[in-house]
This record gives sequence, C-alpha cells and structure tokens, in this order.
Amino acid sequence: MKVLAAVSGGVDSAVAMARAASAGHDVTAVHMALSPDPAPARDGARGCCTISDAHDARRAADRIGVPFYIWDLAEAFRRTVVADFVAEYRAGRTPNPCIRCNQHIKFAALLDRADALGFDAVATGHYARVEHTDGRATLHRGGDAAKDQSYVLAVLGEQRLRRALFPLGASTKDEVRREAEAWGLAVARKPDSHDICFIPDGDTAGFLRDRLGERPGPIVDAATGAEIGQHSGTFGFTVGQRRGLGLSRPSATGRPRYVLAIEPVSGAVLVGDSDDLLVTDVSAADAVWCGPLPAVGDRLALQVRAHGAAVPCRVAAVTAGSFTVALAGELRGVAAGQSAVLYDGDRVVGQATIS
Amino acid sequence: MVYLDHAATTDLRPEAREAWLAAADVTGNPSSLHRAGRGARRLLEEARERAAAALAVSPSDLIFTSGGTESDNIAVTGTRAGRARRNHAAGAIALPRTEHKAVLEPAESGGSVVWLDVDGDGEVDLDHLARVLRTEPDIALVCLMAVNNETGTVQPVRAAGELCRAAGVPLHTDAVQALGAVPLDLDPVTSAAFSAHKVGGPSGVGLLLASAGAGIDPLVRGGGHESGLRAGTPDVAGAVAAAVAVELAVAETAARHVAFAELRERLVLGLRDLPGIDPVVNSPTAAVPGIVNVGFPGCEADALMMLLDAAEVAVSTGSACTVGIPRPSHVLSAMGRSPAEARAALRFSFGRSTTAADVDAALAVLPDAVARARRAGRLSAAVAP
Repeated sequence: MKVLAAVSGGVDSAVAMARAASAGHDVTAVHMALSPDPAPARDGARGCCTISDAHDARRAADRIGVPFYIWDLAEAFRRTVVADFVAEYRAGRTPNPCIRCNQHIKFAALLDRADALGFDAVATGHYARVEHTDGRATLHRGGDAAKDQSYVLAVLGEQRLRRALFPLGASTKDEVRREAEAWGLAVARKPDSHDICFIPDGDTAGFLRDRLGERPGPIVDAATGAEIGQHSGTFGFTVGQRRGLGLSRPSATGRPRYVLAIEPVSGAVLVGDSDDLLVTDVSAADAVWCGPLPAVGDRLALQVRAHGAAVPCRVAAVTAGSFTVALAGELRGVAAGQSAVLYDGDRVVGQATIS
Repeated sequence: MVYLDHAATTDLRPEAREAWLAAADVTGNPSSLHRAGRGARRLLEEARERAAAALAVSPSDLIFTSGGTESDNIAVTGTRAGRARRNHAAGAIALPRTEHKAVLEPAESGGSVVWLDVDGDGEVDLDHLARVLRTEPDIALVCLMAVNNETGTVQPVRAAGELCRAAGVPLHTDAVQALGAVPLDLDPVTSAAFSAHKVGGPSGVGLLLASAGAGIDPLVRGGGHESGLRAGTPDVAGAVAAAVAVELAVAETAARHVAFAELRERLVLGLRDLPGIDPVVNSPTAAVPGIVNVGFPGCEADALMMLLDAAEVAVSTGSACTVGIPRPSHVLSAMGRSPAEARAALRFSFGRSTTAADVDAALAVLPDAVARARRAGRLSAAVAP
C-alpha cells in the first residue's frame, strides 16, 4: 500500500513509520506544521509545534529512508482546533483539543489530502488497534493499557478507520522505545509530550486568560445559592475540580468542595459536595459510530476521560446521532463538551459529545 | 532523477572540482609571511584576479565570502553601519519586496526601509525609484536584484544605477542568479553579490564586489582579511574553484542563453499542449530563460512538488526554505498574485546538464500529478469550520 506516515518528531510516530516501511508499504512521511509561527526551539518548548520537532521528524525519516515533507496545516489547525478550544471554554464547556485535531486535522484534512494525492492509508503512532474483518474496520483498545488511545480515536468513525493504520496498536511504550533504539532513531529517549501542543508551557489558564481576558464571577454554593467567593474567569475551572477554588470558608459539613457546574451566561461557578458530582445517566449528541449501532438494553461501558476508567452502563436510548446510557457503576464529575466513548469489551462502539 | 532545480544549486563543474582538489592539498595560510604562506596567498590572489577579469571589475574591489547570502548581508548591513558611523544616521534602505531574503531580512531587521513599487512582472518602477530618491531625504542604499531567483525577472540595473549615481546613493545588486545568465553590467553598482555553487563551483563560497568608496563596515572582525571587509582565514581552495566556475559561467553566458531559451519554449509549449493543465506562466517573457515559474491553477504547489518528487522529477516551489514549511511566495505576492495563485506556483530551472529529454520527462508525469494535486487543493479550500 501507499502509506502516508504522519510524523510529529516524537518516538511513537517515528516507530510507526519504521514499522509501516518494514512491513513493505511504500511509505512517505509528512510532518504537519500546525503553528503559524513555529518557535525556533532550543528554548525548551515541547509538543508538535517547534522547528526542532520538524527536524527530529526529518532525521527519523532519513534514518528509515523514506521521503519527508512538511505540510502547512497551521491555518486549518488555528481555525478548527485552537479557536474552538477558546470558544468552548468561553461557553463554559471543557473541550479536548486532541480529539478535535484527530477529527478535523489528522484524520480529515491530512487523510483526505493523502487520499486525493493517491495514498491508500495514513499511519500514526497512536496506541490503538484497528481490526479489518469482512471489509469492516473496528477500533479496539491498544495493547498497552497505560497508553491506550482508543478514546481519542473513537471520533474517527468506521469510514475513516478503514484508511487508518496504527502500527503500534499491540505494543507497549517500552517495546517502542527499544525498537527506536534498534533502528538508531535519535528520538528513542525523547520524553513524551503531555501538554497541549499549542500551549507548550503548560499554562492553559494563562493561555485562556490572554484570549478571553479576566472574566470575574461568583463562586456559588449549589446547596444554599449563597455566593461564597469570587473567581477571575470560568476558564480556570473544570467540573470535578477540587484544588484552586481559593475559598477561605469551609463548607457547612466540613467536607471538601468541588466544582459542580459552570454557568457561562452568569459566569457563576457552582460548588458543592463530591456526592453532588455523582451522575446516574449520561446523554451525548453528535454521535459517531465505529460499527453497528447498539440496541437499547445493551450492556456496555462508558469512558469520559482519556485516562479514566470505563464504567459499566446500559443503553437507555440511541439514535444515529445520539445516545443516553444509565450507569451501573460510579462516575463523578461529567462536564458538557467532554467526549463520551462507549466500549463493548475492548471494542469501541461509538463516541458522542456530552450535552 | 530528472533535475530541474538548478537555480537552487547545480552540478559541480569538473574543472572547478579539479582546481578545488589541487588547491586543497596546498598547506599554507595566506596571511603567513613564509614560503608556505606566500604560496597560498598567490593562489588566493590569482583566483581573485581571474574572477575579477571575468566580471570585468578591479581585483581590489572583490572579496571572497561564504556565499551569496553573506555577500548580501555585508553589503546591506555593512553599508548601513558604515553610514551610521560616519553620519550618525543610518538612513533608510529602498528596495522592492521581490528581493531575496538575504537582502530583505538584513534590510528590515537593521532599520527603516522604503518599498519600491514593482509591476506585475516584478520589474521595479523606475519613476517611483526616482521619486523616492528625490523626496526621501535619507536613503542609505538602494537594493535591486539583477535577476530574480523565483521568476527570472531581469531588473533595469543600469537605469536604476544612473538614477542612484545622480542622487549620490549607493546601489547594491544581488547578482547570484544573473551570473552566467545575462551579460553582467556592474559599472552602475557600488556593490554586488555572487555565489559559486549556482554556477558550478562549490557551496560555501561567494564573492562580494565592493568598491573602496562604498563605505561598507565589516560584519566579522578579527584580523582585517579581505581588504578589512571579512576577517578570518580565507578558504583558498574554495576561492580557486569559485574563480574557475565564474570564469566558465561568464564565458558560456551567450551559449547558455540560447540553449535555455529552447528548453523554456519546449516546456511552456509542452505545458500548453497538455489537456486540462491551463498553465499560467508567472515569469515575464523578458525573464532569463533558465528560470520558468509556472502556476498550476487549483493546485497546491507543495503537493505537486511532492508528487513530482515521487516520480523522480525535482522542481521547486520557489526558493528552497530552510525549515521546509511551504508558504506562499513573497515574490509572487509582491507581483500582485493572490495567495492561492502564489501557492500554486512551481519553479523549473535549467542547468548545463539539462536536456530536452528532461523537459519531456517532466511533461510526461505532470498531467497525473496535476490532477491529484487539484483534488487535494479543492479539499484544503474547504476545511471543516
């Protein structure tokens, strides 16, 4: 197959590229330039937006012997990922920019461009497995439970999964690093990036404050309705957050307080007891399915965070574009805008955005 | 591999290679006073004299540098610095936006600039230059690239030089692409930049023509080498090889012009004959024939370049960029092309080794590549909101 390998400059995508090439595919490497003004690096910045990352990606491609190009997707990234990230926080929701990037950049802009240019598939360094059976593609959890990225890939849906290759799917991070060493890749020991790539210093609140300005509002006790404090902007808060509330008075019960909800219009942050975070059912819209739709009554599992556990659930309602599940296990702190992914065992059933 | 990117770099001439290797085995620092030093010094000065004779300039006005970019930087930054030291005012640099980055960046980073208008062919508006020289009180330097590296546009350097001379303002020309492509007319300029590897010499060697009266301060100090304009032990072997390449390039200019004009016609007519390509030739008809800039409407040139690369045809999307991030050409933008038009442009450039078969090979793979690149171009015009 003619395979386009998306290489970020990190170890995972480099080994994915190497594996695709050694599997006999005709591989071309592409590094996506996502920053409109790439930092000349050497300043310690990490992520996928620096010139040194492009350099690392290029050197890995040289080493494996595949042609390498840089595609400028900065404008599409700014419009569809960064602007959306800011707008979602402005609206009091909690977006996941990596999911948005997978949906609109890596497996849309990049995949479609690759398709138009004559490539059969796009390979990335994600830890998830795609199984092809009888012309259908299904998405499964990766072999390394600690690295599994099926949650952020669920948004691809079956059509795009058919043209996705995840060569690291069954591997562990340790295996990947050892293999990178064996290939002689300089990125073998490069640290993992954990930050949001367009906020390389990790200061998400500062990034949002620069773009949204100070937006002071009240912190309200959800039980009494009383204003018990002030905050400088709702973007500093996520549902389920406990630290950093800056409340001097203890709660009546003496138990710690958590963010229960964010009201974008009034700018109020509602806080309360951790038990108030418990949810019994979850409704989500804008669904994308990675196979046949489930049926009402199906016993599945729901995951709402990239590194959270899946909670057993039962399908209460389902349409092509939405689902509601009743939870059979405990789940706390669900925020609008989060991605809800349904699993059947290790297979991804579908994904939707919590409404 | 069909190589049609000779404006980026071209084959090393065998004569330059031989001279280079022979000189590389000579031990001696040209600054040393002993026999070994004298031997190296002699090689260096003979190289300077050969290059100067070929360029019809005085050897005392010619220094060796690390390349065209350094030569441009010395001329732009050094002129400004020298003027600031003497007049206590750096003044502005007047230049068109179509200049090479090696001129644009030092001009913009070191002080104020006055932009000179260009027409749709990228040719400078001489009336505007005359007006700027008349009305702007403090122009330190005018820069005008003799031949543009992306489009092959030839600037009216002589006419501009006469205006500058009458106004008492120095004129610098980046002649990197002009060398070997057009008869050089260096009389009207105060400084000029050349590069060896664009004409079959080694990379890492350039020349700067700078008359003693140009008032240029050095950027690199530490020993007063090269008439005090560039400190550091000279690259003798590089200079020798560069001189050989310059000499041959100048001697072959007329013959090359004829050969390249035939190749250009073959390429342009061939493109027009291909169904559905609808090429837009961005290079003006008066451009040097060795550089042909062509727009492929609806395509993104970086995708097109990648597909041609896969088909073993090497072309460029403009000037080779260090980070490799494709951006719309600043030259085409300055010529009034839209960002989409600027992003759709490929540069084909010819060299000594280019044959009609090379052009035909490129023409053979273009229809499929253009069709695919157009599909990709339509997509990026409509990315999800």
